[in-house]
Amino acid sequence: MPVLQVQRKPLTLSERAYLPQVAAGLWITLKHLFSPRVTLSYPEERPAIPPGYRGAPTLVKDPNGREKCVSCQLCEFVCPPRAIRITPGSIPSDQPGAHVEKAPEAFDIDMLRCIYCGLCEEVCPEEAIFLQNQYSMSGYTRSEMVNHKDRLYEMGGTMPDRHYKWDRKKAAAEKAAHHD
Amino acid sequence: MNFFFELPFWLQGVLKGLAVIVVIFPIAGACSMAERKVSAWMQGRPGPNRAIVPWVGWIPGVGPALQRLGLFHLLADGLKFVFKEEPVPGQVNKFYFGLAPALALIPAFTTVAVVPFGAYFGPRGEVVPLMLANVDVGLLAVFAVSSLGIYSLILAGWASNSKYPFLGGIRASAQLISYELSLTLAVVPVFLWINAPGAPATWSLVKVVEFQSGVSGWGGAWFLFTMPLSAAIFLIALFAETNRQPFDMPESEADLVGGFHTEYGAFKWSLFFVAEYSNMIVGSGVFALLFLGGWNPLPWLPLARFAALTGLLGHPFLVGVASVVIFLVKILLMIFLFMWVRWTLPRFRYDQVMKIGWQKLLPLAIANLAAYAVGISWLQK
Repeated sequence: MPVLQVQRKPLTLSERAYLPQVAAGLWITLKHLFSPRVTLSYPEERPAIPPGYRGAPTLVKDPNGREKCVSCQLCEFVCPPRAIRITPGSIPSDQPGAHVEKAPEAFDIDMLRCIYCGLCEEVCPEEAIFLQNQYSMSGYTRSEMVNHKDRLYEMGGTMPDRHYKWDRKKAAAEKAAHHD
Repeated sequence: MNFFFELPFWLQGVLKGLAVIVVIFPIAGACSMAERKVSAWMQGRPGPNRAIVPWVGWIPGVGPALQRLGLFHLLADGLKFVFKEEPVPGQVNKFYFGLAPALALIPAFTTVAVVPFGAYFGPRGEVVPLMLANVDVGLLAVFAVSSLGIYSLILAGWASNSKYPFLGGIRASAQLISYELSLTLAVVPVFLWINAPGAPATWSLVKVVEFQSGVSGWGGAWFLFTMPLSAAIFLIALFAETNRQPFDMPESEADLVGGFHTEYGAFKWSLFFVAEYSNMIVGSGVFALLFLGGWNPLPWLPLARFAALTGLLGHPFLVGVASVVIFLVKILLMIFLFMWVRWTLPRFRYDQVMKIGWQKLLPLAIANLAAYAVGISWLQK
């Protein structure tokens, strides 16, 4: 390993007298005394959330108001701390989205377990789960800290959709049926 | 005012003493708040600004301003110290453990008695100082009594019967003895100058201020300008004597937990705190009297001329108030300097403290004294 010899200059007279150095230090702190404060007074002032921030995971709907999750359970399997529990259910045939066939009956995310890794968002083939802006969660009991399906949709809201995958599938199926 | 002078002499003394304590105690408390605020501002923080009391805090304009200044934290802190549980460790010597904080306050408040904090002019134009006891030994009394403050630190460290307080107490005693010498030697030139040969000698602080009350020449210049080295040595030794950064060896949090007051809590701890700030106030006062012209507003602008300029000369009471205000402003500026230095400099190592005290400051003080002795004897020949 190479040895780097640090040059140590002998202290000058003003450095050894110490008082000029003290005065320099006092000048620095005096400047700080009149410089603007950097503290964020948290509950009143909120930090600006940068794009791509990973807050609490939420479920989103597409612009037509259809729930996007098809309860494939990939997020449940990939979740490292096993914070997600999904009970799959089927969509009744009289519903408009019946051709999607499946939707979660229950979708629970335990926020005491979640580590905000974002793997659920990354793995989701339907782009139905997103880690959004919410960073402040509190509750008096453990059960309060579990986000159920309705709460997840409330937090998630609607996201723009580029694919309309199920609408295109339905249109293609109808077109094929028409040709037959 | 006449009814006051008709009261028995002892009652006058008690009332004056109470008045001074009633002023010093809140200032000491306010200093702890100011310390927190100044440190916060220097570190780019707003500082404590959350506590609020009902009714007062709801007054529009004033209430939020007081809240932002953190003044309600002062009340909250005081109440907390009075009401919180006071743990007394099992291994301590209970009598001396309880005695130490009380003993800390005694020298802190006793020295106030001999420090003049203002003056007014009597009917014949003579200076009447505002002070509790106008003794001729003046500064010697301050030095004698304030050195007793060390006993409380040693007692606290010893009675706590645990290693960190013990080390803190030892350091406190060593440090005080080391810097006491330079402190005393630094002020000797001042008294060499004001005591003319042949005239009755004095250690009176009032005389020092009167000497700085000239309107021109040497007399009007404050001793800060005529004896800068003395002032610097006195100030550095004062930092060490009041156990302030960068000399706060006795309670250095980094290596001694809390130093001599590690085992103390609640009200007893707050007594140490008040004593420390009272010592700072008295020390700042003595520095202001010796080197900053006391109650004279500016160099070459003594109180008498200031009073004449503002038309207060015929009103002794108003002159007295003005002089006290001027003196208090100087003390508060000094206390700001104490805080400013504390939040700027890191703490010295123990061996550095000893080295500065014995190898740098003491020879410098002796050389300073010798130089001024020769110079003054030549001037006053």
